Amino acid sequence: MAEITYLEALREALVEEMDRDENVFCMGEDIGAYGGAFKVTDGLLSRFGESRVIDTPISEIGIVGAAAGAGHMGMRPVVEMQFIDFIANAYDILTNYVATARYRAFLPCPMVVRGPSGGYVRGGPFHSQNPEAGFIHTPGLKVVYPATAEDAKGLMKSAIRDDDCVLFFEHKYLYRRIKGEMPQGDHTVPIGKARLAREGRDVSIITYAATVWKALEAAEQLEAQDGLSVEVLDLRTLAPLDDDAIFATVRKTNRVLVLHEDTRTGGIAGEITSRINESCFEWLDAPVLRVTAHDIPLPYAPSLEDFVLPQTSDIVRAVRRLAAY
Amino acid sequence: MPASGKRKAGTGNREPGTETRGASGNGKRAESDGSRFPVPSSQSASDRASAKLTRDQKLDLYYWMRLTRSLEERLVALYRQTKVVGGLFRSLGQEADAVGSAYALERRDILSPLIRNLGSMLVKGATPLEILRQYMAKGDSPTRGRELNIHFGDTDRGFIGQISPLGDMVPVMAGVTMTFKMRRQDRVGLVYVGDGATSTGAFHEGINLAAVQRLPLVVIVENNGYAYSTPISKQTAARQFVDKAIGYGVPGAQADGNDVLAVYDVTKAAVDRARSGGGVSLIELMTYRRKGHAEHDNQSYVPAGEIDRWAAENDPLDRYRVVMREELGATDEEIAAIDARVIRDIDAATDEAEKSPPPEPLDALIGVYADPPRERPLWFREGTDRAVDANERPEGWGTWSGRTGSV
Repeated sequence: MAEITYLEALREALVEEMDRDENVFCMGEDIGAYGGAFKVTDGLLSRFGESRVIDTPISEIGIVGAAAGAGHMGMRPVVEMQFIDFIANAYDILTNYVATARYRAFLPCPMVVRGPSGGYVRGGPFHSQNPEAGFIHTPGLKVVYPATAEDAKGLMKSAIRDDDCVLFFEHKYLYRRIKGEMPQGDHTVPIGKARLAREGRDVSIITYAATVWKALEAAEQLEAQDGLSVEVLDLRTLAPLDDDAIFATVRKTNRVLVLHEDTRTGGIAGEITSRINESCFEWLDAPVLRVTAHDIPLPYAPSLEDFVLPQTSDIVRAVRRLAAY
Repeated sequence: MPASGKRKAGTGNREPGTETRGASGNGKRAESDGSRFPVPSSQSASDRASAKLTRDQKLDLYYWMRLTRSLEERLVALYRQTKVVGGLFRSLGQEADAVGSAYALERRDILSPLIRNLGSMLVKGATPLEILRQYMAKGDSPTRGRELNIHFGDTDRGFIGQISPLGDMVPVMAGVTMTFKMRRQDRVGLVYVGDGATSTGAFHEGINLAAVQRLPLVVIVENNGYAYSTPISKQTAARQFVDKAIGYGVPGAQADGNDVLAVYDVTKAAVDRARSGGGVSLIELMTYRRKGHAEHDNQSYVPAGEIDRWAAENDPLDRYRVVMREELGATDEEIAAIDARVIRDIDAATDEAEKSPPPEPLDALIGVYADPPRERPLWFREGTDRAVDANERPEGWGTWSGRTGSV
């Protein structure tokens, strides 16, 4: 079977779920006639019609709120934030309304809020963000952020079928650069399960999304140059975290680097480090280290963006420090 | 046109017209119900604010429109040479809207532009050199390489840079003009939004707050037909954007956005109202976006022939050249001399901008807070002055042979 891109895998998931369940529909800015800013929803309008592929005004609060209401009524909306940066507009309705709906009012919100995320694209401060940490902190929301085309498809299908709100972060740098062969049949990937992207014995890198590929690059380099065997754990889901997978890799290698593209302070690396301290302290041969973006709004010029974001050479440096303990 | 009933918002079909005189057509209504403010226009030529402009000032309007267009054309050339980092946004066909409105402000007034208001910024004192450095992400650009395109400002010269989330500048400009009011300053604010931004919560909250506070703010809705790919029929069920003024309790006016003098007239009337304590006004300028949202957008969603018709029948520069010849007695040589001056200015700025260096990597750490002024590099960057090794190629991602599946 031919390989398809991360972006095509997302589209395939949307088409299959819309075919499977008439309650699934898409809504967002420029997603219909134009097919979305990145063309994720290209072709959906002609296939499913205007009643299920809805072009909206520029109104993130309206889009997310309407998805919640439709979800209460048994629909399964998939709504697009044109860039995930603009989810900030919907922060109130997501955190105050959607996240609490089931708990306080027994109202289901089986909805997916998806959008292009992340940097390394010279997009500047409003087209490059990784705002996942604010939502991971909010009980009631699930958060996924796939790194591979297979997971993009499988997690999207699971997110649509999930009975709660799933925030689906898609890395725009990976959209057309990453390809994969889709498993046959109804391919779903469970929410809340990490994936071992590379097996190793000496050091573990725990990461997700675009930096999975940076970690794999670093692992190859470290094996070739240092003879180090580096394990890479791709979290795939950030809320809920797969503690079992995290603790298993810690107990195996005893040296851990947590890596993410998000900024450092309040990023999920701090949470993961705390969980490791609480549950695996005796297994550690070195302090848990973090490689993250600097705590800086993401600048636009290539030299500045490269400096703020984590790079492969940083990972190599950090792993060498861990291995030296 | 709303005045003649030829064009209705919501049809999705946009016909170029030159006869929009919504403001004057509704002038009488303004006196009766207060929902419109009076704007003398070409039907009452001597009362027009633009009638008081000198010949030199009127030629000046052409210079700014010509500079806007030619500077964007230079940026297209640089974009094709991959010297522009990121997207390129055009205001082709909207130059009169930007220039005519900004020209109605005084030096001390402040405006907040949008992505298609390069002309407004130039009138307010932004230079071609700044624009070129900004688009090329240079270290000495106004934002030092931190922000893209024309997202920059200078409160001294009287413009505050926008951000990408639309509508956000409306409440910000409410705060700017609130300060003018509190300090009893004789200053006015002008904020631009597109047809798309009127759908945002920020627009609603901002204009409502400004209206309640009777702030000296002019809100211009530039109706150019499309927000990215979304036609106005999918943006609002209102017949026209100027109707929204009624709901906020502020007077509105509509004008032909491709007639630079009509734009000046309507804006000047609203600015004068604001300056004399009359509060907020909402202006809808009827124009047309002849290029895509950005250079990458092929405009596949635009009905065939629509763009060509606007280009042929309603180009703001073509129209103004007719006015210059017929009403100002400008000769072809005089117009050509302005065009040549524009190109000279842009050539000089391009040469200068190309010499500018990219930002120093470590400068990324400066200026997040006033105190501390500089962040420290994270531990894994100690002793380094740049992030990426010469041999590191992020473009190579995904080529790792074992990338698929679990192991």
